[in-house]
Amino acid sequence: MSETHDRELLEGLDTYKYGFYDTAEPVFKTEKGLNEDVVRMISAKKNEPQWMLEFRLNAYREFISKPMPNWGSPLLQEVNFDDIYYYIKPTDRQGDTWEDVPSYIKETFDKLGIPEAEKTMLAGIGAQYDSEVVYHNLKEQWEKLGVTFLDMDSGLREYPQIVREYFGTVVPPSDNKFAALNSAVWSGGSFVYVPKGVKVEIPLQAYFRINAKNAGQFERTLIIAEEGSFVHYVEGCTAPMYSSDSLHSAVVEIIVKANARVRYTTIQNWSYNVFNLVTKRSVVYRNGTMEWVDGNLGSKLTMKYPAVYLLEPGAHGEILSLAFAGPNQHQDAGAKVLHFAPHTTSNIVSKSIAKGGGRASYRGLVKAGPNSKHSKSFTRCDALLIDDRSQSDTYPVMDIEENQIEIGHEATVSKVSSEQIFYLQSRGLSESEAEAMIIAGFIEPIAKELPMEYALELNRLIQLQMSGSVG
Amino acid sequence: MPKELRIENLHVRIAGTDTEILKGLTLRIRQGEIHALMGPNGAGKSTLGAAIMGHPNYEVTEGILEWDGKNLLEMKTDERARAGLFLAFQYPIELPGVTLFNFLRSSYNAIHPPAEGQKPIGAVMFHKMVLDALQLLDMDPSFSQRYLNDGFSGGEKKRCEVMQMQILKPQMAILDETDSGLDIDALKIVANGVNRLRGDNFGALVITHYQRLLDYLTPDFVHVLMNGRIVLSGDRELALELEKRGYDWVREVVEAKGVPA
Ligand SMILES: Nc1ncnc2c1ncn2[C@@H]1O[C@H](COP(=O)(O)OP(=O)(O)OP(=O)(O)O)[C@@H](O)[C@H]1O
Ligand SMILES: [Mg+2]
Repeated sequence: MSETHDRELLEGLDTYKYGFYDTAEPVFKTEKGLNEDVVRMISAKKNEPQWMLEFRLNAYREFISKPMPNWGSPLLQEVNFDDIYYYIKPTDRQGDTWEDVPSYIKETFDKLGIPEAEKTMLAGIGAQYDSEVVYHNLKEQWEKLGVTFLDMDSGLREYPQIVREYFGTVVPPSDNKFAALNSAVWSGGSFVYVPKGVKVEIPLQAYFRINAKNAGQFERTLIIAEEGSFVHYVEGCTAPMYSSDSLHSAVVEIIVKANARVRYTTIQNWSYNVFNLVTKRSVVYRNGTMEWVDGNLGSKLTMKYPAVYLLEPGAHGEILSLAFAGPNQHQDAGAKVLHFAPHTTSNIVSKSIAKGGGRASYRGLVKAGPNSKHSKSFTRCDALLIDDRSQSDTYPVMDIEENQIEIGHEATVSKVSSEQIFYLQSRGLSESEAEAMIIAGFIEPIAKELPMEYALELNRLIQLQMSGSVG
Repeated sequence: MPKELRIENLHVRIAGTDTEILKGLTLRIRQGEIHALMGPNGAGKSTLGAAIMGHPNYEVTEGILEWDGKNLLEMKTDERARAGLFLAFQYPIELPGVTLFNFLRSSYNAIHPPAEGQKPIGAVMFHKMVLDALQLLDMDPSFSQRYLNDGFSGGEKKRCEVMQMQILKPQMAILDETDSGLDIDALKIVANGVNRLRGDNFGALVITHYQRLLDYLTPDFVHVLMNGRIVLSGDRELALELEKRGYDWVREVVEAKGVPA
């Protein structure tokens, strides 16, 4: 592909201004490993209220009391909790230099045509991206509407009541070992509050990069959508995010009140050294709608199952999950929907691709709890294998405690067909271009739900992966 | 000078087996010419088309296969396409999730890459080309945004093959039973599509079972493929004769000529 082509693809992205700033603040990080003192120090450094310190300490105790999950992936056993820095003041992440960034990532940046200024930010090295100009204009608009969009630490400082009311209510620290860990040491992430009836037209997105400076290992995001409101939050980026931290464990909590609708879109492409273990969950009230659009590329192991708890009649959940597993990667992605009220509906679509010996798993839970009569759930999961070395597996769990429930599940595993490849080659496309086109078609039902520039980047990235020129 | 597709003493077998389908087939097609290829079911007509395009399931064990002096046997399928060859498939594949428009645009840019320093054809221009081609084949403009062959009827798939050919402008095309499954109006439309490309820079091998298509296409030559070889060649009249008398007659004629059939 030509360079002009790359630029064309990225035109949509290049519509904002950017700059750098230096920070003169001293470097602060905790020692490697975790103990109560580290937790106290984190909280003290942030000047947090007492209740948050207690929340953290309680979570820390949950964390140490819980064994490592014995499901998911054997790779999990490689995580070494003693070899991790649990807190580095975000503005001081300057330990790495451009030289430390793996060459495959640099090459991908070049091939994607990522502007110089952004490369360093995406590479996670020191300099930070600051789109204050654009951000300020939008911020004024949001403020007029009464919408709050802050990093989580500021959210806690500026809106302590709201945070205290909701924080940890959707994903309690006791939920799982990694949620407990995040609750003990969280830093950064976003705080979003949308007042009653407010519809936010422009997606709140990380392409303003305001989260970049907070993109840490243990992000914590809380979104509250009041009655009848709407918001679309977009997180991540298709360009590879380099991180020298090997463990990323985020928690996302979303509250969707009656008649509200929230869409949360993630595209993540971590570097291949990263364990990405994330707990994402939302609760949905009467006639509300939650939509997770979750794309996972990169990382060594990703375990992520966005969840929707449907708590009142008419609540609806939608989960679109996309995973691409390349060589030495395991994507264990999926979805959870729990119907806890009558007349609730849900829809899960999962598409996974495995190549070069990679492994893509779908893990799903559909639960119809007591008092969930007349609820409906449909799951479709499709896996595409590019070669014989790669692996795909599905672990769908259905837990039905009520009758008059409609549950559907369809799963397919297919291989790229040689007839399709031949047809496309007969039309002038090289073998790798043909494969990339077949994959683009395969993921289209999800790609079409992404913001345009993300969809374009995603297709471009898959082309690069298929041509074997990265990774 | 017109370019030539040169097929000489071509032996083709199903890859990984001993089953030989083509057993020394010889045929030359120059640009400016339309050749019709007929023959009973299973004779190996599609096999010939697939071998010319380099399908991995068909292994050439002997013989010459050249296009414009270039050895096709050393070229990948996509290189053959970029050299100007085109195959309209007997059974076009479906590609869910990829629109006809996007597919064709990638294909067009691969076959007609922009000159050094030039941009690829813009979406607006290309859109117009696609609409024109669809109109020529009497297809609704909405096909442009439909997924490639996904849910197309049998006849629509065949039209779509010819529609693609309009856009990609090959120098030599093989049409494998493009007339099968077409209603009588569609037959004319498809023939018209081929005729539009006809000229000094276009040649075609038209595989068909029915001389009816040939009423509209008027081939310069008609060949009969049997037992892995071209056993009989002639002009239009041969197709009419075949229609009347069937392939048993061919066998008799060939035997009379002393050629094993
Ligand atoms: N992949 C394959 N594996 C096994 N046999 C094959 C394969 N491809 C073709 N054949 C056989 O080769 C022979 C020639 O097939 P081909 O499709 O070329 O015939 P054809 O002349 O195009 O027939 P039709 O008029 O029915 O389209 C047939 O006997 C067919 O069954
Ligand atoms: Mg055939």
